[in-house]
Amino acid sequence: MAEESNMAKTAAEEVSSAEHTRCGCHFRPNVDIIERADELVVLADVPGARPESIDVDFEDGTLAIHARVDPRQDPGVEYRVHEYGVGDYYRTFHVSEAIDAGKITAEYNDGVLTLHLPKTEATKPRKISVKTR
Amino acid sequence: MVFRSVQPRYPVHQLRQEIDRLFNGMLNTAGEVGWPWPVRGRPALNVWETKEAVLVETELPGVKPEQLDVSVIGDELSLKVERSDVEQEGVTYHRRERPVGSFARVVRLPVPVDAGRVEADLRNGVLTITLPKAESARPRKIQVSSAG
Repeated sequence: MAEESNMAKTAAEEVSSAEHTRCGCHFRPNVDIIERADELVVLADVPGARPESIDVDFEDGTLAIHARVDPRQDPGVEYRVHEYGVGDYYRTFHVSEAIDAGKITAEYNDGVLTLHLPKTEATKPRKISVKTR
Repeated sequence: MVFRSVQPRYPVHQLRQEIDRLFNGMLNTAGEVGWPWPVRGRPALNVWETKEAVLVETELPGVKPEQLDVSVIGDELSLKVERSDVEQEGVTYHRRERPVGSFARVVRLPVPVDAGRVEADLRNGVLTITLPKAESARPRKIQVSSAG
């Protein structure tokens, strides 16, 4: 499933481990996860969401992304072509790196959520100089 | 591997997902006219009608208006998207799911449209194209007259 490069969305009803209070199906956003020397960057496609309707939680090493997306068409609309559904996005990740949770930043542009997760000092790579006597 | 996504716990769920995926793939090819491109990586569409217009919607996260080409030729709507590759040197990719590259699609419109008044709006990664129906395709209320 993760290898699917189709732009079509993946329904993710079974993927989440916790129940949601809001009913209806939700989707698993496609993500890129990039590791740099000092941070992890998560890019998530959540088109149709608004910045104020996106929740990002980081707790006990679990990063959760939840974007609420309200229907854009009337429920009774008859589609000529209907290839994707519209609904909330939800996805969680276990992060094993030590992350400085207080410094996590998030921005949302053009339907893409970008998260910066800075590593704690202890996990940043450190150049050790080798001395000779 | 730094990240591990939460996977389905039971094999039956995995099977269900596989079936859903295959099924979705089949549905995606329905209603397609002369699609010359590979199925993978093309933008999915929703198309519906109102009294006045045909509406085409597609989700294009990360795409800027200048990376988009929308044109109407005859009774076909052509959509070309260039999603830029932001690959950087000196970093490690743990996940790479977001599609990059060029995507194109042609859809045959169900009714004649007024090509001069087509509008395309890109907001929060969602493109909505409004194609006003040609005068001849709009519903017309016929006044019934009675003699006398």
